[in-house]
Amino acid sequence: MGMYDNRKTFASDDDHVVVVIGSGAGGGTLANELAQKGIDVVVLEAGDLHTPADFHTDEWAAFHQLSWTDQRTTSGSWRIAKDFPHLPAWICKTVGGTSVHWAGAALRIQPHEFRARSHYGAIVGTQLLDWPLDPDEMTPYYERAESKMGVTRTHGWPGLPGNNNFKVMYAGATKLGYKACSTGHMAINSIARDGRTHCMQRGFCFQGCRFSAKWSTLYTEIPKGLASGHMELRSGVQVARIEHDARGRASAVVYIDKQGRRHRQKARAVAVAGNSIETPRLLLLSASPTFDAGLANSSGQVGRNYMRHTTGSVFGVFEQPVHMFRGTTMAGIVRDEDRHDPSRGFAGGYEMETISLGPAFMGAFFDPGAWGAKFAGALDHYAHMAGMWLVGEDMPQAGNRITLNHDVKDAHGLPVANVHYDDHPNDAAMREHAFRQGEALYKAAGAVRTYRTPPYPSTHNMGTCRMSAKPADGVCNRHGQSHDIPNLFIADGSQFTTSAAENPTLTIVTLAIRQADYIAAQMKARAI
Amino acid sequence: MNVSSPSRRRFLKQGSGVLMGTLVLGSPLALLAPSRSWALPLAALDDHQGRTLLQLCRVLYPHAKLDDAAYALVVKQLDADAARDAGLSDTLRQGVAGLDKASGGAWLELDAGRRLARVEAIEGTPFFEAVRSTTVTVLYNNDIAFAYFGYGGAKGDGGYLYRGFNDLHWLPDPPLPDASGPMPPA
Repeated sequence: MGMYDNRKTFASDDDHVVVVIGSGAGGGTLANELAQKGIDVVVLEAGDLHTPADFHTDEWAAFHQLSWTDQRTTSGSWRIAKDFPHLPAWICKTVGGTSVHWAGAALRIQPHEFRARSHYGAIVGTQLLDWPLDPDEMTPYYERAESKMGVTRTHGWPGLPGNNNFKVMYAGATKLGYKACSTGHMAINSIARDGRTHCMQRGFCFQGCRFSAKWSTLYTEIPKGLASGHMELRSGVQVARIEHDARGRASAVVYIDKQGRRHRQKARAVAVAGNSIETPRLLLLSASPTFDAGLANSSGQVGRNYMRHTTGSVFGVFEQPVHMFRGTTMAGIVRDEDRHDPSRGFAGGYEMETISLGPAFMGAFFDPGAWGAKFAGALDHYAHMAGMWLVGEDMPQAGNRITLNHDVKDAHGLPVANVHYDDHPNDAAMREHAFRQGEALYKAAGAVRTYRTPPYPSTHNMGTCRMSAKPADGVCNRHGQSHDIPNLFIADGSQFTTSAAENPTLTIVTLAIRQADYIAAQMKARAI
Repeated sequence: MNVSSPSRRRFLKQGSGVLMGTLVLGSPLALLAPSRSWALPLAALDDHQGRTLLQLCRVLYPHAKLDDAAYALVVKQLDADAARDAGLSDTLRQGVAGLDKASGGAWLELDAGRRLARVEAIEGTPFFEAVRSTTVTVLYNNDIAFAYFGYGGAKGDGGYLYRGFNDLHWLPDPPLPDASGPMPPA
């Protein structure tokens, strides 16, 4: 039996199963954690199964294989609305979700960031809120997630060896006086473990890891869950709505298969993990006479406070060759700027992480829409370039939100998501500071020239169904359980109350492990 | 697509040009290719349109030492797309004709500065965007470009762990184990 074959299947009218929508970092982890406890789970995944043998080195071929390219629309003052009006996010539609594409940076949210509202104070135009949980209670769950994912520099695992791109970052960082520069905490095997080999420094992290050295639910959680005999995976199915019963409890999930046939899977509980765009879209699509604003939306907060991190890139050109593309994409990090220090002119902090793109994606993303001698002249120095990505906390704003665009329909006739985003002045001030520091770092390392690259389509998508202590302030509680419907859970980055500075995946996995414990306890207590 | 549409018939008759070139001596490609001469048969475009589009690609993304063969791949893509899409075919033909008309003759015959000025004048038009977006997607994603830019492409599929991922020696090596990490045990 193959590692992706279902050992067990469940009848569509079997109402004792938990239905998990999405198989990425959140959904895939939650489903496996539940299955390991003996809880029967049906996982519905919109994408198809692509395994490491199928992955491409061609950036465009990989993009079309793995990405969610179904149409979305955009609005707002962010540059993405101009550069990529139908591609607000660079996230995946494939078994394993965006955990196939992520670069592997696995950083804990810092304690003060969980208390953003009380630590930063009120900031005009934001919906800043403290997370409704104690940072200390996250610690054991972070440890479990790091153990599961093989995060380097935890549990005695060594750091990854630094590549050329990291050497440049490190040289510049130390000259600038930065102290916290290393190859970081990566969910990439630095030694063989968990039945997977160590990193081969291939450099195609975004295109899917051929060697399965980078953690992804695709070849960890999902096959483990299937092997337990308590999980069924149905891929290539698009969920259209979540239904509820007369008591207002989630009761079934309606989905559409490749042939356009509709199916209804009954459920004891439903967990939504479709990423921060599709999750609120599905709740809004599921409006009913009882819940006419959409499911779990009595607060009106579904879709609001969409966050995508304040980002940008700096590329430095050097007299000597760098070959930044060799080795892990996110090969190193500077953490000195991830503190909260209002003297810099903004709240929250940011990380500086190496990045590399091949010539194909440099053409597309280096300066979207640009042409001519200046653009071509910059790319001529490709082999001599080092690159870094700047990623920091962005502010939750009520108007930054996912809504249904009733004028544009998907292949099934359902309204697509519109993604609206305006930069907050805090975001703009942080980006400017980060650009300046990135340029200074490369100049300190000897750069002849530096270039600023605007944000890529969002890879980090957070908020839109945030957790809150008070039901009026958000969509779910501290366990991702919706305030309105006790057997409806949010299991992805949509739960995030604030974005913090760190790459979100480790926290998504941590919350999924914690949520599985909670769901199991609730089921045992017959509360759901 | 309706294959009997008037524009389809028209371009089938009017197309079938051939774009030809010679690899530059000393180019790494000249060592790899079986012959220095190359020829690209066109399905939808004629010779003049093909040559004009190739030069337009060079104006849009001017890499002086990048061989014409790389730019010809863009023309090949535009030609293949035009053979499938009558609307695009019309856009390309009319775009080339428009450049010529605005140049008072063949745009190809202008000097570099005037060529650029004529292109700047059409920035943002559907013709310009069709050529620009195809160029930026195709020009930087092929083995000719990878060799030119010094990018490994598919050669990196096996990983650079034992093949130069950390071969930069003009800066000091970051210290172990706090900054960098050890090579994995073989």
